[in-house]
Amino acid sequence: MDAIFLQILNGLDKGGAYALIALGLTLVFGTLGVVNFAHGAIFMIGAFCAVTLEKILTLSVRVKDESVTFFDAYKETPYLEVWFGDTGTAIIDWSVPLSIILAIPVMLAIGVIMERALIRHFYKRSHAEQILVTFGLAIVLQELIKSFFGANPIPQGAPEIVAGSANIGAWIGLGESVVYPWWRLIYLLFSTIIIGLVFSFLHFTTYGMVVRAGMADRATVELLGINIERRFTIVFGMAAVVAGLAGVMYTPVLPPDYHLGMDFLVLSFVVVVVGGMGSLPGAVLAGFLLGILQSFSSMTEVKDIFPGIDQIIIYLVAVVILLTRPRGLMGRRGVMES
Amino acid sequence: MSNTQIVSPKQDLIYMVVLSVVVLTMPIWLQPFGAAYPDLMQKFMIFGIFAIGYNVLFGLTGYLSFGHAAFLGVGSYTAVWSFKLLSMNVLPAMIFAVALSGLFALLIGYVSLRRSGIYFSILTLAFAQMSYNLAYSVLTPITNGETGLQLTQGDARVLDRMAGIEASAALPTPNLFGIEGIGYSGFYICAVLLIISFFIYLRIFRSAFGLKLRAIKSNQNRMGYTGYNTRPYLMTAFVISGMYAGLAGSLLAVTDPLAGAERMQWTASGEVVLITILGGAGTLIGPLLGAGIIKYFENIFSAFNDQVLQNAFSFLPDWLGHAVASVAGLFVGDGWHLTLGLVFMLIVIFLPGGVMEGITRLWRLVRSRTTSFDGNKKEQQPSTREV
Repeated sequence: MDAIFLQILNGLDKGGAYALIALGLTLVFGTLGVVNFAHGAIFMIGAFCAVTLEKILTLSVRVKDESVTFFDAYKETPYLEVWFGDTGTAIIDWSVPLSIILAIPVMLAIGVIMERALIRHFYKRSHAEQILVTFGLAIVLQELIKSFFGANPIPQGAPEIVAGSANIGAWIGLGESVVYPWWRLIYLLFSTIIIGLVFSFLHFTTYGMVVRAGMADRATVELLGINIERRFTIVFGMAAVVAGLAGVMYTPVLPPDYHLGMDFLVLSFVVVVVGGMGSLPGAVLAGFLLGILQSFSSMTEVKDIFPGIDQIIIYLVAVVILLTRPRGLMGRRGVMES
Repeated sequence: MSNTQIVSPKQDLIYMVVLSVVVLTMPIWLQPFGAAYPDLMQKFMIFGIFAIGYNVLFGLTGYLSFGHAAFLGVGSYTAVWSFKLLSMNVLPAMIFAVALSGLFALLIGYVSLRRSGIYFSILTLAFAQMSYNLAYSVLTPITNGETGLQLTQGDARVLDRMAGIEASAALPTPNLFGIEGIGYSGFYICAVLLIISFFIYLRIFRSAFGLKLRAIKSNQNRMGYTGYNTRPYLMTAFVISGMYAGLAGSLLAVTDPLAGAERMQWTASGEVVLITILGGAGTLIGPLLGAGIIKYFENIFSAFNDQVLQNAFSFLPDWLGHAVASVAGLFVGDGWHLTLGLVFMLIVIFLPGGVMEGITRLWRLVRSRTTSFDGNKKEQQPSTREV
């Protein structure tokens, strides 16, 4: 029971990341009709926003170490600590959550520039060409990151206060043995909030309503005199922000390296396809579902029966879904059907 | 692109002769480019074969597979197992590799070809990733996991032992009835196989079967309306391209008898896509050109390092030289993939037909220049370029 509960949490956690990436992916597909293979790279860039901010905050100066009296000792101290003392230390400690503030404008800018400069020219071209050009872009972005940050994973710490584990078992009466890292709980909460925000933006604002109308029938919306293209550009930027934030918050869970994006891209594409191309609720549902399935299949009890199942479960599900229900779980009729 | 025109057998013969001469004399004419060493030329040949095979599927039918590395990997593993169990002879290794990867392609193709477009891409990608993950984890007894499958002194090599060939102190090298699989002789083995592969591809390209494949690319629905069941044709194309990939994989194992799972990763599938697109998908020699260009520049660019760059820009003033060198340093050495990605993007954006389209365009430009220069104002023929 404990193990199952923990696996569900694990799955929801992983699923949160999948869902956030898949959400942006399917949003872009639904609005612009573009298959974006560079979306994983955007997630990766988001993660590296956190790395960059941490690097900036911990810019250091050599200060004389006063505690050593026998000889002149120097130690590296971040400027922030020199200037602000304990407040500075606290700021550095909170660098990952603070990165969100940095990531939002940066990711928005990257998304909008990407759409205006490149993706725009590919609306009318075939899906194969869209895949190819964004695949090239993904390689370029990944290699740029690699040349600036190196090839090794760069671990990021969660703030001190949430670095430990929460004793969830005690809250819900499962006993003391069920503990779970705080940060992962926060990540789950965070992804739920972001998903909620995206949905309420699309459903409860006029802007979102127009975007949804554009998704359903672009030509008519344009005939009504609305500049739908500009809104779709914003939507692309929004998708980039969502993926970027997912990346920022994921850094304490998984130290980012340059091929993080490619690793997640394949999985989140599978998520989108399982959920149904262009369907937002489908992407979220499939994200969490596949996350849970994956963490269940990595339990030793399951692995004893089907060895290696944890490695292939997601792809297996995708194959079965595509063959039996090509529209995906919640796909709209007529989208990319053949 | 004169695909639709009737080509006389004589012209094909000329093609084959020219290609054979060009390929077989590579060690001579590549000398001035500094690429005439066997390892690199073998790579040209191997990736040429891989790309030709990929072109049978993607170039002719337009089905974008992102999982061809799986077949390459299967070919490599099979070849190494054949070396270990049967004989160091290349021939059985290649036969088994082609057969097994063909079988593998049959399985994957049977499932994947039920869908088209992006779904097909994702399905092939999913299968390739599955194979990759399994090769790393559960299949370790067969694939030797992360270390990679390699030859050892104590391998069975049943046929070799029967023929009385005992391994000496050093590890045996793959050979074709005594012809070594490495060095110049190895290059010629690969070169002959490339020429044979190309010949088969040429026959497919010119046949009615090839025409049907291209018809599928141009409009699958209409193809169905005319009464063709397209799936068997697609299936055949898929299996053929899988077998080509298996052959390439076995040759990789010949040049270096070590098979690792990273050959099956989806970025490896991406590479063959890059090669094919860069050269020109759906053209005859485009994939060969692409393989040559990419492998050549990979070799050149990877060899650059900061010191070489500093020397290259030493004619500039010091500060400028450093700046230029550090910017250029992004694109060479380890940054070779960055250059590759950029070039690939530019090709897809501006020249979707690849290098071959570039050549055709240039040729047309030159010809129109010369005709107008002669004052020869012929009515311009509307170009019957097929899509």
